[in-house]
Amino acid sequence: MEQSKGQQSILFKEPPYVIEGASVVGDKEGKGPLGEMFDHVSEDPMFGMNTWEEAESCLQKEAVEILLSKSRVSKVDVKYMFAGDLLGQLIATSFGLMKFDIPLFGLYGACSTMGEAMSLGAMTVNAGYAKQVIALASSHFASAEKQFRFPLEYGSQRPLSASWTVTGCGAVLIGKTKSNIRIMGITTGKIVDFGVKDSMNMGACMAPAASSVIYQNFMDLGVDESYYDMIITGDLGYIGRTILIDLLKEKGYDISNKYTDCGIEIFDQNSQDTHAGGSGCGCSAVTLCAYILNNIKKKKWKRVLFVPTGALLSTVSYNEGKSVPGIAHAVILEHCN
Amino acid sequence: MADVLKERHDKEYNKYVSDVTPKHSCLLNCIKAFITGGTICMIGQIFMTLFLNAGMSNDKSASFTTLSLILLSVLLTGLNIYPLITKWGGAGSLVPITGFANSVVAPAIEYKKEGQVFGIGCKIFTIAGPVILYGILSSWVAGIIYYIILKMR
Repeated sequence: MEQSKGQQSILFKEPPYVIEGASVVGDKEGKGPLGEMFDHVSEDPMFGMNTWEEAESCLQKEAVEILLSKSRVSKVDVKYMFAGDLLGQLIATSFGLMKFDIPLFGLYGACSTMGEAMSLGAMTVNAGYAKQVIALASSHFASAEKQFRFPLEYGSQRPLSASWTVTGCGAVLIGKTKSNIRIMGITTGKIVDFGVKDSMNMGACMAPAASSVIYQNFMDLGVDESYYDMIITGDLGYIGRTILIDLLKEKGYDISNKYTDCGIEIFDQNSQDTHAGGSGCGCSAVTLCAYILNNIKKKKWKRVLFVPTGALLSTVSYNEGKSVPGIAHAVILEHCN
Repeated sequence: MADVLKERHDKEYNKYVSDVTPKHSCLLNCIKAFITGGTICMIGQIFMTLFLNAGMSNDKSASFTTLSLILLSVLLTGLNIYPLITKWGGAGSLVPITGFANSVVAPAIEYKKEGQVFGIGCKIFTIAGPVILYGILSSWVAGIIYYIILKMR
């Protein structure tokens, strides 16, 4: 059977299993609608460390530790890690995962990193290069604010289109050991730029990329929205949701009644003052591990298209007047007995 | 040709985005800024009157008022209260001297971890720097204009 489908997709010959997932989040996420479902909620935003960057490293370390203990797998049995974060030169990943002594592929896909990590992890396992791999991604509100916006104590007004970076790390173990969830295939996104320059409206920057990859997934597989029980994007937020639904309607697909976004699910917009919703690599990663995997396991959703979305910018590109292109990677998750 | 089409498409998309994006109400923001800025000025006036009543000269009272407002802003920044005021009051708390103090102290706190020289030293003026630079430049321009006017009389 030909595994490569269409222009951008793969359907795996031996779909790897998502053996286990683990999530660690901060206090605000713990108080959100999904609060009960996370494996660990830390009340201390510093996670007992001295700096925000160390705190984010600690998030990654704890998530992997929990993942290994939940799945009763020793770290020597994990062949590779595919991991990333938002900080310059991936320092949260480097310092967080160093102690595990597991071969690492460091990834940057902005907030789409979880999709990228799972895609590469699943490809590796399907190809027989590894029995088990870990895919993970993290973000921290304070380290992201510091890098991309202002120091925390600086007073400013956030526009209503701004999103709130999730403090959290989600990690999944992908491998050949049977479980209730399989990664049936992937659709890898292209960089899509509709010329939006407002970095405080990331939903608008990323929605075209999400629309492109979902559309391509339908084309490559020869299906439409009815093929999925749920389509879940990473961090488009409320504005991005409106735009994505409109963009796909233009192409003849109505996903509005089976679509949600991790950034919308993770916070309560009204009581948590998060404006457009949650964002960051951690947003899709922890929502996947705590909420989506659970619902697939319980068979509430039989087939889910998980689409983490990323905005490709830096403070340099922004200051130099560049637009903010987006990217999104789709992963097909399916319940199995 | 393709470039022109993309440009048109991007323009349309940006217009559509601004249609679906909610925005803060400008009028409400102005009112809040007026109240916040007014309150800060009133506190300044209270300080001023206190210093004058204590027997200070006009000039000295003015300097001490400025210093007191800066101290207050620094304290509120350190206690993480100032961002809350600005979130509500917007430009009302950004424009007065307290906002300036906040913009200097916030980076100092944030970058302390990166060291005295490369952290605090290099980054303390990341936000206030432009204000200082162009503030001095514009006062220099104003000074020259003032000088020319004086000469012409």
